[in-house]
Amino acid sequence: MELILDGILKSFQLLFTLNREVLGITLLSLQVSGTATIISVFIGISIGTVVALNHFPGKRVLVSLVNTGMGLPPVVVGLFVMIFLWRNGPFGFLGILYTPTAMIIAQATIATPIVMGITIAAIQNLPADLRLQILSLGATRLQMVGFLLREARLPLLAAIMAGFGGVISEVGASIMVGGNIKGYSRVLTTATVMESGMGNFDMAIALGIILVLLTFLVNYLLTVIQQRERPR
Amino acid sequence: MNRSSKVIEAENLKVVRGRVEVLDIPSFYLADREILSIIGPNGSGKSTLLLTLNGLLKPVTGCIIFRGKEINSSQPVLDFRRRIAMVFQEPLLFDTTVFNNVASGLKIRGIPREEIKKKVLEGLEQFKIVHLADRSARKLSGGEAQRTSLARALATGPEVIFLDEPFAALDPPTRQSITADLEGIIRETGIAAVLVTHDESEALRLSDRIMVVNGGRIVQNGSPAEVMNHPANLFVAQFVGMESVIAGTVLACKDGVVTISIPGGGIEALGERLPGEEVFCGIRPENVVIDILDPTKSMKAGNVFSAKIAAISSIGPFLKVTVNCGFTLVSYMTRGSFTGFKLALGEKVFASFKAEDVHLMSERI
Repeated sequence: MELILDGILKSFQLLFTLNREVLGITLLSLQVSGTATIISVFIGISIGTVVALNHFPGKRVLVSLVNTGMGLPPVVVGLFVMIFLWRNGPFGFLGILYTPTAMIIAQATIATPIVMGITIAAIQNLPADLRLQILSLGATRLQMVGFLLREARLPLLAAIMAGFGGVISEVGASIMVGGNIKGYSRVLTTATVMESGMGNFDMAIALGIILVLLTFLVNYLLTVIQQRERPR
Repeated sequence: MNRSSKVIEAENLKVVRGRVEVLDIPSFYLADREILSIIGPNGSGKSTLLLTLNGLLKPVTGCIIFRGKEINSSQPVLDFRRRIAMVFQEPLLFDTTVFNNVASGLKIRGIPREEIKKKVLEGLEQFKIVHLADRSARKLSGGEAQRTSLARALATGPEVIFLDEPFAALDPPTRQSITADLEGIIRETGIAAVLVTHDESEALRLSDRIMVVNGGRIVQNGSPAEVMNHPANLFVAQFVGMESVIAGTVLACKDGVVTISIPGGGIEALGERLPGEEVFCGIRPENVVIDILDPTKSMKAGNVFSAKIAAISSIGPFLKVTVNCGFTLVSYMTRGSFTGFKLALGEKVFASFKAEDVHLMSERI
């Protein structure tokens, strides 16, 4: 019991003194996972919309694959990104293994199927005649897509939250392709794993609290956007 | 009718779904300021026809001609769609305010804000929903939502409006008031309208012309009176409420009076038929008179049958009385005359109808 209380107490000290190292780790987490989420939103929503709106052979297989991808184990993603970026690998010449860029690639790979899967479901869930109604109002195809995305904005924001939640909390891929290098590629999750492994529970708890707070803040922000300007 | 007075024309329209031909319309037209109703049972292809006519569904053969110009070749589809409008059975409103919904078609066309505001307010007034302008479209009743949908469609000033059973999901009083308002607006603005419905009374009330569709084909095309009183075949007869249909054989034809032999008697009708021809006699229920006294004494034409009341059911202000006189006849009576005659199930009565009210059909389908 003492261990936990002591840990919590010390973690608050770390939090309120704004430890430079902790601050750096937090900012890097936000930067890596934020960038990965933004990339996944662009790819996931655009491809997801195209998939949802068109009929083509193999669509069912593709959607099943995307849905499977929503539960992709981060270590598997980490492994494959690592192989690709390995010195002798196909993209080894880029020399980006064990950098934040590699972490962004891995995390975007994890988040994209999540965003895409929810986008496909959200667009397909709209009434079938809605597309015809929008077109009959004189919309171009692009305008129609705009209307549909606006109609699906609640589940789409949920997709962004799920994507961000998936990568900010992920540790396997980040350790594998980032390497948890102090002051360079160390993020909240990888640092937590390391500190607790070394028995530094106060630091680990502090990092854990920051991680949860950060996730809450980002999701709170997105929820505010999601629920705003809904007419009476 | 000359060519320029036609808003929409089409020839040899065919739509195939899978390998099934779901629509085969040799020719179609919609005149300026005309209200055309397309009626038919579920799955008859009437909605498919509507979607093909307004350019949302591409036919396998044939094309749509809008004001003399062929869509796709000399007139782009988008330009065509911006001159028409469509309302579905579901209001399909956007998740925003009523005002923004009505404004959406105008916004799509990039019309300046001030003008949008003016037009939206006009539309809201026309459909009596000004007080709902700031309300969320998700919080409207069925009638309010359909009014919003209609206002949204008409706000852009279309030349043709396509209506796909827009009143089907509404309760009768709401349906009545919206239908009346819509009819007023359509007649006032003079836009042409195509209304798809499976409610023949709605079609009768609103339209200048009725087109009956079944199995993807036009079965009959004519004025409401023509379709109601002279259905082309048994299918249409049944669909437009010609409830009594009796099969028989022509015995004789003289001076425009056809005598038909039916099981247990004979029927006189007007027309020209060859003796021996198999025919079907259709009589509308409002033309069958039920009496307790033998009307032969007061009436010349001899379609009088002694009958027994077999069934009574209520249809609004009227009673639907089914009588058996060897064959079945259906009559609509007022409740007043029914109770006045002190009628009841199994009671003996006389059923009669005039020769001119007998519609002869030779085709089954």
